[in-house]
Amino acid sequence: MFNFTVRRLLFTIPTLLFISFVIFFILDAAPSDPTGNLPLTIPPDVREKIRASLGLDQPMIVRYLLWCKQFFINEPLNLLDQWGLHLGDPDRLRVISFQTRSPVVDMIAERMPQTLWVVGMSYVVGVMIALPIGIISAVRQYSWFDQLGTFISMIGFSVPTFFTGVLMIVVFSTIVPRDSFFWFPSIYDTTLKVTDWASFGAQVRQMAMPVFVLALYNAAQISRFMRASMLDNLNQDYVRTARAKGLRERTVLLVHVLRNSLIPVITVIALGVPQVFGGAIITEQVFKVNGLGQLLIIAIQGGDIPTVQTLTFIFAVLIVLFNLIADILYGILDPRIRYD
Amino acid sequence: MPEGAAPILDVSGLKTVFTTRSGEVHAVNSVSFNLAPGELLGVVGESGSGKSVTMMSLIGLLPSPPAEIRGGTAMFDGHDMLAMSQDELRQIRGSRIGFVFQDPMTSLNPVFSVGFQLMEPLRVHMNMNKAQARARAIELLELVGIPDAESRLDNFPHQFSGGMRQRVMIAIALACDPQILIADEPTTALDVTIQAQILELVKELRQKLGMAIIWITHDLGVIAGIADRVRVMYGGQVVEQAPVRELFSNPLHPYTRALLETLPGFVGARSKRLRTIEGQPPSLDRQPTSCPFRTRCRHANDQCARENPPIRTIANGHDVACFWRPDA
Repeated sequence: MFNFTVRRLLFTIPTLLFISFVIFFILDAAPSDPTGNLPLTIPPDVREKIRASLGLDQPMIVRYLLWCKQFFINEPLNLLDQWGLHLGDPDRLRVISFQTRSPVVDMIAERMPQTLWVVGMSYVVGVMIALPIGIISAVRQYSWFDQLGTFISMIGFSVPTFFTGVLMIVVFSTIVPRDSFFWFPSIYDTTLKVTDWASFGAQVRQMAMPVFVLALYNAAQISRFMRASMLDNLNQDYVRTARAKGLRERTVLLVHVLRNSLIPVITVIALGVPQVFGGAIITEQVFKVNGLGQLLIIAIQGGDIPTVQTLTFIFAVLIVLFNLIADILYGILDPRIRYD
Repeated sequence: MPEGAAPILDVSGLKTVFTTRSGEVHAVNSVSFNLAPGELLGVVGESGSGKSVTMMSLIGLLPSPPAEIRGGTAMFDGHDMLAMSQDELRQIRGSRIGFVFQDPMTSLNPVFSVGFQLMEPLRVHMNMNKAQARARAIELLELVGIPDAESRLDNFPHQFSGGMRQRVMIAIALACDPQILIADEPTTALDVTIQAQILELVKELRQKLGMAIIWITHDLGVIAGIADRVRVMYGGQVVEQAPVRELFSNPLHPYTRALLETLPGFVGARSKRLRTIEGQPPSLDRQPTSCPFRTRCRHANDQCARENPPIRTIANGHDVACFWRPDA
C-alpha cells in the first residue's frame, strides 16, 4: 500500500504539470483582455503599455514558465520564509493578481476560511444526513419514509441551488419579520468575529441558509448512492449467512451490509470533496459569501489571468489528490483490492 | 439411527405462501416430517419443489413479506418454532441449528476476515471473549480440516478456494455445537473431487459430534452415499419418504421411480437413452386440489385429477402420497 501511494504521488507530478499547462493554454486562447474593463478614454498606446507592464507582451511559453517559477518555487520559498526558514533572496516575485496587485496566494488564504466553513460544513451536514437516509430507505424499501426520501432527493437534485437559495432568502429574510426567531440574514458577514455566545449564534444564523441549500443538494445525491448500494448488498448471500448465524438484525445491517455498501459511496464522497473547495460558486454568489468561488468569478470577469490560473490549478491538485485518497480508501475498505 | 427415539424436530402441516405481484405462490403445502437425533435426513427434489423454502420457513430466514407462513407447527425441543418471536428464533439460529448454504463463493462476507466471521456466533451465543473465541475458532478450522488454521484465521474469504470456503461455512455452522445442521445443497457449487472431500468431512463430523443433519440436494448419488432416510419433494409437497435403502430398492411414487430412471446405471446393460421426465413442474399459484405430478405421470387416472393423494404409510417407515400401487 505504501509503495502504491508513493508511486501514485510521484505520478501526480507530471500529471499536474500537464494540467497546469493546459489551463494556461486555454486561458491564453480565451479572448478576455485584462485591460478591457478600463475606461475607454485610455488611448491604445497607453493600453499597450499597461499590457506590457503586466508581462502580456511576452510569448505564451515564457509567461507559462514564469508562472511555474513563481508558483512552484517562489511561493513555497515564501511560505518557508514566514515559518522562519530563510533560503535565498527574500525579494522574489510572487504570483500577483492583475486586479488587486496583491499576491494571489494571500487572497486565497484570506478567502479559504469562509469557503471551508460554509461549503465544507454543508458537505459534512449533507453526508451526515444522507447516509442514514440512504440506509433507512434501503432497509425499509417502498415504505413511506423511502417514498418521502425519494421525493425530497428528487427535489434537491433537480432544483438548482440558485433557485432554492433565492427562495430561502425570499421566505426567511423578507417574508419572515425581522424580529422573529425564524429570520435569517441573507448576506454573509465576514467581519463577524466569534467572541461570545451571541456572536456565535449570529455566525450560526448567517451560515444556516447557505449550508442548508448546499446540504440539501449534496444529501440528495449521496443518499441515492447509499440507498442503491445498500439495496445491492441486502440480497447478497452473505447477508443470509449472517442472519443464519443468529446475529441481531442491527449487526447484520450496520456491520455486514453497511461495510460492503460504503465502498462505492466513500469513493463518491471523496471525489466530491474538491467541489467543496471549488466553493459551490453559485451559492456563494447568492448569499454573498466571499469565498473561493466568488474570488474565481470576479477574477474571470476582470480577466485576472494569474488568479484564475492559480485557483483553477489548486482545484486540479485537489481533484487529483482526492482521487488518490479515494483509491487508498478503497484499498482499506475492501480487502480484495491490494495495490502491491 | 436410534429406532423410535423421540424426534428432535417434528414438523407438521407447514404451509408457506409467497405473495408476489402476479399472485400467490404456494411454495410449501402441508409438509410434515420429523428428524430423529443424530439422523441424516436427505431431502431431494427438483428446483422449485420447496426443499429450501421448507427449511428457511422453519427458522425464520425468509423475508416477510413476501413470504408468509400460513399454518403448521414445528416442534423443536418442546417449543413450536413457528410461534416463536424473531428474537427467540435468532437465539436458536446459529447456536442450536446451524446452516451451510449452496454457494461458498458468495456466502461469506468478502470484507471481513474468516476469523471474524467464525468468531461472531461464538461471541453472540456463547458470550466468549475475544481470546476464547479465537482459540475455539482455531479449533473449529482444524476440525474441518483447514491446514495452518491459526494463520488462516486472519485471511479473507477471497484467499480461500471454493472447497476451503465451504469448510469455513461448515465450521461457522458447527461453531456452537448445534443439535441440527441444515445443509442446503452444500456441494452443488463445487467440483466433483471437492464434493467428495466435503461429503467425507460431513460423515466424519457426524460421527464425532453426533448432530442430526438435514441435507438438501438434487443429487441422488450424494443422498445414496450419506443419508439414513430420504424425503422426496415435488410441487411443494412430500411425495415419498423412506429409509435410504428402501427408497432406492423399492420406490413407490411414480416421480421417485422416474427420478431414479434418469440416473445412468453402473451395473448391467445401459439403455441407449436416459429416461427424462417430460413436461414442466406444476405452477404453484393455488393450494393443490389434485396430484401435482398428474400431468407428467404415466400412471395417472381420474382420481388423481379429483383429489390430492394424502400421504400414507405403506410399510415400516415408508410413506408415499400416491393412489397408484406398483404391484397392483
